Amino acid sequence: MGFFDKLKKITSNLFSGFTEADEAFFEELEETLIMADLGVDAATDAVEKLRTKVRKEHLQSQEAVREGLREILMAEMEVGDTAMKLDTKPSVCIFIGVNGVGKTTSIGKIAASLKKQGKRVMLCAADTFRAAAADQLEIWAERAGCEIVRQYEGADPGAVLFDALQAAKARNVDVVLCDTAGRLHNKANLMAELAKLSKIIDRECPGCDRETLLVLDATTGQNGLIQARTFKETAGLTGIVLTKLDGTAKGGIVIAIARELGVPVKFAGVGEGIDDLKPFDAEDYVKAII
Amino acid sequence: MAFEGLSEKLNAAFKRLRGKGRLTENDVREAMREVRLALLEADVSYKVVKEFVATVTERSVGTDVLDSLTPAQQVVKIVNEELTNLMGGGTAKLAFANNGPTIVMMVGLQGAGKTTTTAKLAGYMKKFHSKRPLLAACDVYRPAAIEQLKVVGGQLNLPVFEEGQGDPVKIAENALRYARDHGNDLVFLDTAGRLHVDEALMDELKRMKATVHPNEILLVVDAMTGQDAVNAASAFDEALGIDGVVLTKLDGDARGGAALSIKAATGKPIKFVGTGEKLDMIEPFHPDRMASRILGMGDMLSFIEKA
Ligand SMILES: Nc1nc2c(ncn2[C@@H]2O[C@H](COP(=O)(O)OP(=O)(O)OP(=O)(O)O)[C@@H](O)[C@H]2O)c(=O)[nH]1
Ligand SMILES: Nc1nc2c(ncn2[C@@H]2O[C@H](COP(=O)(O)OP(=O)(O)OP(=O)(O)O)[C@@H](O)[C@H]2O)c(=O)[nH]1
Ligand SMILES: [Mg+2]
Ligand SMILES: [Mg+2]
Repeated sequence: MGFFDKLKKITSNLFSGFTEADEAFFEELEETLIMADLGVDAATDAVEKLRTKVRKEHLQSQEAVREGLREILMAEMEVGDTAMKLDTKPSVCIFIGVNGVGKTTSIGKIAASLKKQGKRVMLCAADTFRAAAADQLEIWAERAGCEIVRQYEGADPGAVLFDALQAAKARNVDVVLCDTAGRLHNKANLMAELAKLSKIIDRECPGCDRETLLVLDATTGQNGLIQARTFKETAGLTGIVLTKLDGTAKGGIVIAIARELGVPVKFAGVGEGIDDLKPFDAEDYVKAII
Repeated sequence: MAFEGLSEKLNAAFKRLRGKGRLTENDVREAMREVRLALLEADVSYKVVKEFVATVTERSVGTDVLDSLTPAQQVVKIVNEELTNLMGGGTAKLAFANNGPTIVMMVGLQGAGKTTTTAKLAGYMKKFHSKRPLLAACDVYRPAAIEQLKVVGGQLNLPVFEEGQGDPVKIAENALRYARDHGNDLVFLDTAGRLHVDEALMDELKRMKATVHPNEILLVVDAMTGQDAVNAASAFDEALGIDGVVLTKLDGDARGGAALSIKAATGKPIKFVGTGEKLDMIEPFHPDRMASRILGMGDMLSFIEKA
């Protein structure tokens, strides 16, 4: 039984007392948000705002209150442009995140979509650490029909990126999509490596359009906020790719991230196929939570 | 905004409470608000938190506070004991077959760490149990999955059985035959990552189970998993009847409440933990360490445990 069905039952069982149903209602609402991984802070805050809104706007019907909460959550997520800005030639988009979240796969999907828009795309295999990472990216390059620059396993990621940027400039490439090795944000040496990659882009393509996307697995819990905080500090973030939304996890930590860090979600991953990536739609997303 | 240790929060909650004596219902209720918060922040499932808090409340009310402890510490002691109990009961052992090769099937969501853990566990069994493992490449979907398994197998000098992108169930069968012929007494089946709601792919695992009769089915779970851990783990358990869990990526700073959720939801033990990307970074699971990690209070607990 869905939450609002439950609510319906509660309210219809009461003849006059809105207050009682009210409390149960708000509590269940908060529970739903916590179970969607928003975290206690973001969840209680949203419900507090809802209480105020309900009072101010005299919302009464369940549907109106539900819509009210959606509006609040959508407003929380409105923290910046969700479109990519990759207009210079070349422009660079680098994908970062912890292990196994879907960086390499998302690059394959985004490469295909940029290709469709008529762009010349190059992939850069700067994950030289993980077993067969470059092979995996190469398969995606073939699928998307774009170029790839790679070196041997264990090569310096900075050297691979340098190569790719040189090649991109020489070959008139529009967008370079750079894969990086998965890294946990609490490993200082690996985070320092990211800062280095960023410097190489500054030096080789000064003034170019850049996107730095944090790839986040929708199954991630509260640690996602710490990830975003640390990656933002080290590398700066222009957006988030929220992957694996085709499962039952909701990825609500992105709302906590938007609130605290102001980083917008730009894409949603909804499967393992090349077309399984969508521009992020906050309205659809919030409807899936509440 | 670093996480405040539970003990600090509890101490604050108990500020007014100076005396020793018995914990009253009121004291406990206040403390439990903090416990609840700490567990939710650690990603313990909402429903599990509810039950857990009820159990601990019942146990705490009326307890005498030990001379050596503050009331806050007394509550933490009880919470810690209950957590450890809940997560315990498992041993880091695999059920080896009496005759013929032991078959271990590795399953889980995408990117959880199955392929890496397959190699790690095989290396561990070779080193500490003198086994002769074979790794079987049953992931025919993910780009370069077979190559990945060959690379990690090669790093540990372990043989890898592969047949390209065939039927995973057939590959598992053939790997088993190969193991019998080549004296491998332990076979690890590295399967593709899949969602628990993907019926076709879950069916594939059921067929694999029915065909090769694995001795162990291990669910690999990412320690950073949030509230969805219960859904995924329960679904895998219902479909396959898992025998245990391996929790990966514990070298991060996630508190790992998923460990508690999964144990509570499935009753299946956590057997091993992954603590890094390198192939020797696997350890037996310690429920007491996990408890202090979930509570976010390592040193404090060792002090309280001695009391
Ligand atoms: N169901 C689903 N699976 C996905 C999605 N995105 C990626 N995956 C799967 O998740 C797994 C990990 O994806 P990768 O792209 O290799 O992840 P990564 O972040 O590059 O991993 P590392 O390089 O090891 O850190 C693969 O099995 C992908 O097929 C998605 O949106 N939905
Ligand atoms: N830091 C850390 N990384 C890990 C650990 N275990 C696995 N990984 C990393 O997690 C990522 C995914 O690991 P895989 O072994 O490819 O995961 P998988 O479950 O086989 O993925 P799919 O086959 O795509 O479903 C890789 O980057 C691994 O190096 C661990 O204990 N700690
Ligand atoms: Mg990758
Ligand atoms: Mg794998």
